[in-house]
Amino acid sequence: MNDATLDAVFAALADPTRRAILARLARGNATVSELGAPFDMTQPAISKHLRVLENAGLISRSRDAQRRPRRIEPKRLADANQWLEKYKKLWETRYKGLDTLLEEMQKGEA
Amino acid sequence: MDNQLRIVPLSDREIQISRGFNAPRKLVFDAYTKPELVRKWLFGPPGWSFAVCEIDLRVGGKYRYVWRGPEGEMGMGGIYKEIKAPERIVSTERFDQAWYPGEAVGTVVMTETNGRTLATTTILYESMAARDAVLRSPMERGLKAGFDRLAEMVEGMK
Repeated sequence: MNDATLDAVFAALADPTRRAILARLARGNATVSELGAPFDMTQPAISKHLRVLENAGLISRSRDAQRRPRRIEPKRLADANQWLEKYKKLWETRYKGLDTLLEEMQKGEA
Repeated sequence: MDNQLRIVPLSDREIQISRGFNAPRKLVFDAYTKPELVRKWLFGPPGWSFAVCEIDLRVGGKYRYVWRGPEGEMGMGGIYKEIKAPERIVSTERFDQAWYPGEAVGTVVMTETNGRTLATTTILYESMAARDAVLRSPMERGLKAGFDRLAEMVEGMK
């Protein structure tokens, strides 16, 4: 994933509505109206969010011409996830060390 | 509040890392700001150890961390912009190596509830290139990720 793509993905993920839409799509394909149902939003507003996700390559449209359900593109999200995972592993290790230290401090050992 | 580590992108240049600890925030604050304590947990990757850990905890004061490992040394440091013990620390951060264009600004906020502390770190990168460069650093090399946590990640970000 190049920098421009990663940027588009993270910009897309930075919005809570779009994350909720992705979470819904992670459970299965859905149409625009199905995706819009949980939100108090107009269809154009939902469509705008879907365009951002689509431009970031996080979702695509199925070929089913009638309903055009959206589906998640797991590879792109996985790439973003991989980026976050690297970060997460490092911090998990550090914070486990901090847990131990704080325990020692509370026992008066550090 | 649980102690689970959460990492979410806040915007295209910001990452937020939060984690709960079973200790009052006075202790967590000390662990973040006293060099003899920082040395005990702010590890580099496996095989790397702290070579330098200096902290001048005052607004305008500098801090400097250097880790030494098989690939040489890796250093970073910055200047404290804001200190409100034991709840808030704002500092700049910059790695020595040229792969990090510009500075980042880190804000740590500590909130205490019933003797437990939630530490939330927000890192604002000067550019997206900087953010990405950080993650290609020697620090991160060799760490592998799985693809199987996809749904979990998305759920966790809600």
